[in-house]
Amino acid sequence: MKNIVVCLMPGAQFDKSTAGLLASARGLKGQLTVIVTGTAEDDTTASLANQADAVIVAEAVGLNEYQPELVLGVLQTVCSDLNPDIVLMAGDTYSQELTPRLAGRLGGVSAGDAQSLTLENDNLRITRSVYGGKAMAVVELRSTPAVVWVRARSFAPAAPRDSSGSIEKRTVELSGDAAKHVDATKIVERHEESSGTVRLEDAMVIVAGGRGLGGSEPFEELKSLAETMNAQQAASRAACDAGWVPPHWQVGQTGKKVAPELYVAIAISGASQHLMGIADAKVVTAINTDSDAPIFKHCQFGLVEDYKAVVGPLTERLKALLS
Amino acid sequence: MKTLVCLKQILDPEIPPRDFTINRDSRQAVQGSANLVTNIFCENALESALQLRERSEGEIAALAFGPASAEDSLRKALALKADEACLVEDDSTAYRNSATTALVLAAAIKKLGEFDIIMVGREAGDWGAGQTGGLLAERLGLPCVTFVDHIEASGDGVTLRRQTELGWEKVEVKLPLVVTISNHEENVPRIPKTRDIMMSARKPVTNWKLSDIDLTDEDLKTTGDALDVIDLFIPEKKTDCEFIEGDSLDDKIDEFAKRLAGIVQSA
Ligand SMILES: Cc1cc2nc3c(=O)[nH]c(=O)nc-3n(C[C@H](O)[C@H](O)[C@H](O)COP(=O)(O)OP(=O)(O)OC[C@H]3O[C@@H](n4cnc5c(N)ncnc54)[C@H](O)[C@@H]3O)c2cc1C
Ligand SMILES: Nc1ncnc2c1ncn2[C@@H]1O[C@H](COP(=O)(O)O)[C@@H](O)[C@H]1O
Repeated sequence: MKNIVVCLMPGAQFDKSTAGLLASARGLKGQLTVIVTGTAEDDTTASLANQADAVIVAEAVGLNEYQPELVLGVLQTVCSDLNPDIVLMAGDTYSQELTPRLAGRLGGVSAGDAQSLTLENDNLRITRSVYGGKAMAVVELRSTPAVVWVRARSFAPAAPRDSSGSIEKRTVELSGDAAKHVDATKIVERHEESSGTVRLEDAMVIVAGGRGLGGSEPFEELKSLAETMNAQQAASRAACDAGWVPPHWQVGQTGKKVAPELYVAIAISGASQHLMGIADAKVVTAINTDSDAPIFKHCQFGLVEDYKAVVGPLTERLKALLS
Repeated sequence: MKTLVCLKQILDPEIPPRDFTINRDSRQAVQGSANLVTNIFCENALESALQLRERSEGEIAALAFGPASAEDSLRKALALKADEACLVEDDSTAYRNSATTALVLAAAIKKLGEFDIIMVGREAGDWGAGQTGGLLAERLGLPCVTFVDHIEASGDGVTLRRQTELGWEKVEVKLPLVVTISNHEENVPRIPKTRDIMMSARKPVTNWKLSDIDLTDEDLKTTGDALDVIDLFIPEKKTDCEFIEGDSLDDKIDEFAKRLAGIVQSA
């Protein structure tokens, strides 16, 4: 088997996502090649080489910035040469965008959100949550290459291999099909929430709010609570759709998949689609007026109260306890 | 601007888990008491298309691949004033993967004519595949941008806003292209008026069989075989929740705070 892991630069480092992605690939037999698109730091490349047979750092004009059609063309070109059976990507926005398109370009088959990977007669089988987290499916991919994005952070990192793989820099010239839409789309502006905060996916403590908060102001109150616990803030889809908080705060099936030590759900009912995002949380707790809210079925402990009566005094108590 | 919106009809994804059952032998969900609804992200897409038409004119076509019941999704689109609707009727109850869906949609789109923007949802709320948009773009030989939540006409192209990990991006694109639409406060679907719903019952919906778009069962078997569901099951997970008790609200908050502090300190 010939397998590929794709690492998109810039921004990608040897972080939890990359480590999990590599671990998912190393669970499969065969030759493993990592393709890095764009310039990577030497220590990043070295860490990657510790986990694979080969690392190819693909370089092309403009590749140090994500432009969908360009990255796609480069991946298509490098993958075509390698003729892989399996191509794995992480679960970030860009990888999700590229997965079906790369499969289409390479004449393969695609799938997303793999939570486990196995081989059956050299066909890749993945398990994934379906029906908004109410069911699990085992899906078999029988065409090659199988291009799949995995829930990378859910895989425990693997130890480095005994010997490190080769590292090659390759300058890629796009031609033919691979060059076709390079100028058709251009990302002209990027807006990211102020840096310095931990990514939601890597947060140890998360305070999330839902529709029951009734507006954007209560999220300010939750901010003080979150700060007291050194926590990140998040939200349900209902709160995001209402415009109370930005879309990238959303946790769940189509939001962030988080794995904190503690997840505090405040005025969130616990729809299956929301729970899909917190499957890897260690301790889940909730504040909700309704003791029958489904969220409590996933909580170790919970508080059946109106958040309005709780959040202020709770913040004060925690300040005292944690100072 | 000519826009095409792809609509998938699915089992209501918001039914509570206790009402959700599956048939493990056929590896499909059982409808039971659940309603059939249009996938929410398809509704977000239709809403985006309606807003675009309000700002810069043009036409909207709606397309669905599915059983006869999927006509309901198209009728609702007509009630919201889509200009035309087309159903490619699927007379099989087989699981259709995204590769098959993209094959069918692409063939239907080629027959329907030229479109500037083809919109699909970021994923369907049943199987949650999230693959159709990208595969469709490749079938049609078009560029593609995903997780779009706002579309603005500009010059001879459009400017898109799309969601990312930590915020958003502005993307300038040339037409035609495929976009996948994500939810945002700006594209929460509007509700059709009762009068328009009644009117829509009389509007025509084009009904095609696979043969009308020059596809055979054999074609669908090839894409169908490439990815298949081997098993479907309902995972068991239940935690016994301990509800915090106390003589007064203060006592309860005190206890709750201690538990939280304990975890935070060891985290
Ligand atoms: C395809 C698809 C994908 C989806 N993806 C996601 C996703 O990624 N993330 C997500 O979150 N949702 C997602 N959803 C939506 C999901 O199904 C629910 O609709 C949503 O999670 C509900 O949000 P909520 O819990 O905030 O609101 P509600 O379900 O309305 O719950 C509000 C809760 O607040 C409680 N409450 C009210 N007032 C108070 C008070 N004063 N004090 C304390 N508690 C109070 C109520 O008892 C209730 O339990 C998706 C849906 C679909 C169909
Ligand atoms: N049977 C279908 N008919 C029309 N559109 C579909 C169909 N299946 C998928 N789509 C479109 O593709 C999107 C993503 O679906 P999926 O890739 O299956 O998650 C949906 O939101 C629809 O816009």
